[in-house]
Amino acid sequence: MTLSVDVFHRQGSFTLKAAFESSGRLTALFGSSGSGKTTLINTIGGLLRPDRGRVVVDNHVLVDTAAGVFVPKYRRRIGYVFQDARLFPHLTVAQNLRYGSFFSPKADRYSDFDSLVQMLGIGQLLDRRPAALSGGEKQRVAIGRALNASPRLILMDEPLASLDEPRKAEILPYIERMRDQLRIPIVYVSHSLAEVSRLATDVVRLRDGQIMASGPVQETLAGVGMPDAPTSRSRQSQDEPFALIELEVVGAEESDGLAILRSDGGEWRLPLGELRVGVRFRARIAASDVLVAREVPRSISALNVLPTVVESVSEPALGTCLVLMRCGSDRLIASVTARSARLLQLSSGQPVHAIVKSVAVDRLLI
Amino acid sequence: MEWLALSAQEWTAVRLSIWVSTWATIASLPLGVAVAWLLARRQFWGKAVLNGVVHLPLILPPVVTGYLLLITFGRKGPVGSFLDSCCGIVFSFRWTGAALACGIMAFPLLVRAIRLSIEAVDRRLEAAAGTLGASPAWVFTTITLPLILPGVIAGMILSFAKAMGEFGATITFVSNIPGETQTLPSAIYTFTQVPGGDLGALRLTLVSIAVAMTALVASEIFARQVARRLELE
Repeated sequence: MTLSVDVFHRQGSFTLKAAFESSGRLTALFGSSGSGKTTLINTIGGLLRPDRGRVVVDNHVLVDTAAGVFVPKYRRRIGYVFQDARLFPHLTVAQNLRYGSFFSPKADRYSDFDSLVQMLGIGQLLDRRPAALSGGEKQRVAIGRALNASPRLILMDEPLASLDEPRKAEILPYIERMRDQLRIPIVYVSHSLAEVSRLATDVVRLRDGQIMASGPVQETLAGVGMPDAPTSRSRQSQDEPFALIELEVVGAEESDGLAILRSDGGEWRLPLGELRVGVRFRARIAASDVLVAREVPRSISALNVLPTVVESVSEPALGTCLVLMRCGSDRLIASVTARSARLLQLSSGQPVHAIVKSVAVDRLLI
Repeated sequence: MEWLALSAQEWTAVRLSIWVSTWATIASLPLGVAVAWLLARRQFWGKAVLNGVVHLPLILPPVVTGYLLLITFGRKGPVGSFLDSCCGIVFSFRWTGAALACGIMAFPLLVRAIRLSIEAVDRRLEAAAGTLGASPAWVFTTITLPLILPGVIAGMILSFAKAMGEFGATITFVSNIPGETQTLPSAIYTFTQVPGGDLGALRLTLVSIAVAMTALVASEIFARQVARRLELE
């Protein structure tokens, strides 16, 4: 599936001018509120007619203002999960779930009601009315309702934003299952870096109606705070640059309580905890937890020393530089003082070693 | 309690009134829903005029409405003569004319109740139905209509009660013919014009009060139900 969007829309003093293409399993539209995420997703879903532009899903042209094409939302077969569930109050859960399948053309119906109900764990809710559901249950039913219409694409607009933390934790695994088990691509709007770094395969970063970056999550989010960063950065804040690395457990050193893991760029040791061989997950490594060394250090407590190549070094801001390094197909970011950057003579193309403390790896389960 | 029993003539008037009001309400319903929807949802040139025309019977003296009906829908009126020659539909001095007069007089109440409940419908639900593949017509029948149903029923009850009580326009347009156009209020009026008619007038008055009260209470219950339904989410 390829989603291709190129739209221009003006609404009051706000202007959206965005073009991107994605064929990811879960493309996150990421940005703060007011950045145009919802406007953008609404043009894909057909809830909003852009002033100018094109929206194409696979080979279906949904919007082409130049050619006068605007497919109405009810003919797009694009599912939409709203922040506020929007279940039909006069219908039971089962009727809500079946609503969309009634309208989808028979030949295109692929949804299996029973397995969907099972996947979302809503079997015991079928006879209830939406008023009798909790927030998390409503959102799961809303996801099921959108999926059961056999859509070509699913849009999710901040589906977790109105839920409290326990409810979020309840829904996240279902979204991950959707992403990994079903073959329907998802476009996911969120302002939460935590959600996006856990869920997204691809990211479109928006600010003030413009696209700052788009591409695979490791690259796009690794750039958060990179050259266009605001000059003041507080350590450990959400805005702190970080890298995302896909890791797979390949072995264990039980005596030391360590797991052996492999990323594309090298081997890692992490605390074993509940990790078992074969588990894959995404780790988040903050720039301030990464050291840079010219040579392989000896006698050091950190266990992860990875060979990398410097890709770029940012201009110093507040005495700190960000060093972007390539490690296989992954990227790592280190924040070092301007003085260290100068002493190590860091420059692009230079091979260096990235050092990461095992305990600094933030594990995001997939 | 003997005096409470209705005479044959009184029964005829009550039955005719119920018949006429039922028809007036049912026949005006589709138009009422359409007009209420237009007023609630659409912006168009002449909206204020349409709104005014719909509400006019509420403000005009009923005699004026009746007279306007007479010169338009009467046998010699432009619409009346056309309907007579093309489809054999005659309004003047028939119960159908009484139903037409009642329907028009009750129309503002019908439209008002339906319009309010359409305005209370959460349009985001309709948008959600659209993303699930429902065309605007399907959205209306499967989402909007069920949600406004209590409001529609409340409007119908009010409209029915208003039709039961309609007097001025009816008597002006179709006169006061027992068994054909003599509705309940016309019958009461006739009783008050003849010596010894007090008891009959009183009995029919009690019937009128009962009908009006029942309608108001029922309408109130349905209105509350629509409010509860729409607050669910």
